Amino acid sequence: MSLIDIRAVSLQYGPRQVIRQVSVNIGQGEFFVIIGPNGAGKTTLLKALSGLHPLHSGEVLIRQRPVGAYARKELARTLALVPQQINADFPFTVAETVLMGRYPHLGLLAVEGKRDLQLAEQAMEFTEVIDLAGRRLGQLSGGERQRVIIARAICQQSKILLLDEPTASLDPAHQLRIMDLMERLRLKEQITVVMVSHDLNLASAYADRLLLLKEGMVEKVGTPREVLTSAQLSQSYGCTLLVDEHPLLGTPRVNLVPEKATARVTGHREGV
Amino acid sequence: MLGYIPVYRKLIIVTLTLSLLLSVAVLLGLTCGSSGDTAAAWQLLLGRGAPDATLETIIWQLRWPRVVLAAGVGAALSLGGLVFQALLRNPLAEPYILGVSGGSAVGAILGILAGFSLFPGMAICSFAGSLAVLLLVLLLSKRKEGSSDALLLGGVMVNAFCGAIIMFLISISKTVQVQKMIFWLMGDLSAAGTASLPLLLGVIPCFLLIFMLAQPLNLLLTGRETASAMGVNVAVVTLVLLITTSLMVSLTVCHSGLIGFVGLTIPHILRLILGSDHRVLVPACLLTGASYLIFCDLLARSLPSQGEMAVGIVTAMVGAPLFIVLLWRERRCP
Repeated sequence: MSLIDIRAVSLQYGPRQVIRQVSVNIGQGEFFVIIGPNGAGKTTLLKALSGLHPLHSGEVLIRQRPVGAYARKELARTLALVPQQINADFPFTVAETVLMGRYPHLGLLAVEGKRDLQLAEQAMEFTEVIDLAGRRLGQLSGGERQRVIIARAICQQSKILLLDEPTASLDPAHQLRIMDLMERLRLKEQITVVMVSHDLNLASAYADRLLLLKEGMVEKVGTPREVLTSAQLSQSYGCTLLVDEHPLLGTPRVNLVPEKATARVTGHREGV
Repeated sequence: MLGYIPVYRKLIIVTLTLSLLLSVAVLLGLTCGSSGDTAAAWQLLLGRGAPDATLETIIWQLRWPRVVLAAGVGAALSLGGLVFQALLRNPLAEPYILGVSGGSAVGAILGILAGFSLFPGMAICSFAGSLAVLLLVLLLSKRKEGSSDALLLGGVMVNAFCGAIIMFLISISKTVQVQKMIFWLMGDLSAAGTASLPLLLGVIPCFLLIFMLAQPLNLLLTGRETASAMGVNVAVVTLVLLITTSLMVSLTVCHSGLIGFVGLTIPHILRLILGSDHRVLVPACLLTGASYLIFCDLLARSLPSQGEMAVGIVTAMVGAPLFIVLLWRERRCP
């Protein structure tokens, strides 16, 4: 039984159709990554999952229930969103920000108790931002801020985590830190991770399954091995991309081919 | 936890401290004044000394309604500023500067000229006036997304327009009910009487509603989408807050005319001291705003050697320079 059921979803921004007839199922505990060229509708699809964007047609079911049938707080207890852009001059400290994740669990006056503080502390320890607890969000680096927002999402205790390019603009060490964090969360808490990413190699190394989106339509769904092939990627992204194997993991590895080397591609492909 | 004081603890400390401030303000407001000496008034309040019927009348029939009115108006205006600043994401937003107060004053005067009584006719007209201006201001801020100038300039113009309408209406009216022009333009608490207090009770449910929406207000500062993803029903919360705030403002304008800058001064000072958590700021603004206007009114009626001046003069003398400083700071580090 699938946890998230996307059925023939179409979405529009004004007259422009951004998502066309997308259908896909995501299972409990899966690490699911949405990839595709710029403007393919990845972020829009993620927003549709979180109920932030009204559907034009089709439906999104979470635990067999349409997203629209959830009350806002109930939906926030079911899924947490880590957006791409975070307001940097947000005037709160790290601890205050993480504690805000408790909002969907609190009563009318939204005053946190001991248990909420404990959960926030655990989340901050997990994402290694506990030492920053008293700092303001604006004083942090991009990677730190991203980890704070993930801690807030963890504090929200939702079983589904939606992330929009969490590793964009981070250096390799910080990229790995975020991805390993997701992996650990999934194993420890049985959390389902749905992530939008531009980094095909990170996607390949961590994802159970990939969804390749182009111009709002599904090009391919499957394991990294099924989706990340030279032919498929070169056609979808409109540039030559060579795929070989990660030396340790054996997962597909995507290599960029600069213009000066394009002449040698055919020969290389035959060699592999 | 390091670097974090639990909200309930902050709330208790802040509420107790500021309640003390309010008590001091109320006591001073009752005992100080141009007539009767202060020491005798203290004696009377403490229940000692010789009974003095005149002083008793001054304290309970004249000063008490005025202190209560000042407290209610001050609390409502500073809370209004706090809510507008958060919702419009503009640190300079405030009921007076945005023209919302002006709109409700025009409504109130029209209500009087139409021959309505204070409640419900005049209050409804005033509420409608403030909503109309608020709608205009929101449209202005929508058209130029993120532009704080458009919002402020629009507000200033709406304010100037409302001021002109007020003067025009007062000039052509023959009704005695329309009080002196200074009452509407600079704000004045001298019209306070025991009869006007019941309507002021209407602001109390508004206070409670805003307090219950304080955490959603915090979340809204992260952006509408994020707040929504975290469980806030953004459209409902925004609508309820805007309507509640303009209701609150229009109720106070009916009693006090246009008192400016309270909604700017108090929230800014409190944010500097207490941080940005609205769950703490809402009660803090309420208590401090109330105390502040009592003090301002005390100055307004005791400083002039003859008669008294409008309380709006005092709040503008404090608030307008602060506005300039804030504008200056915003320009320097955007």
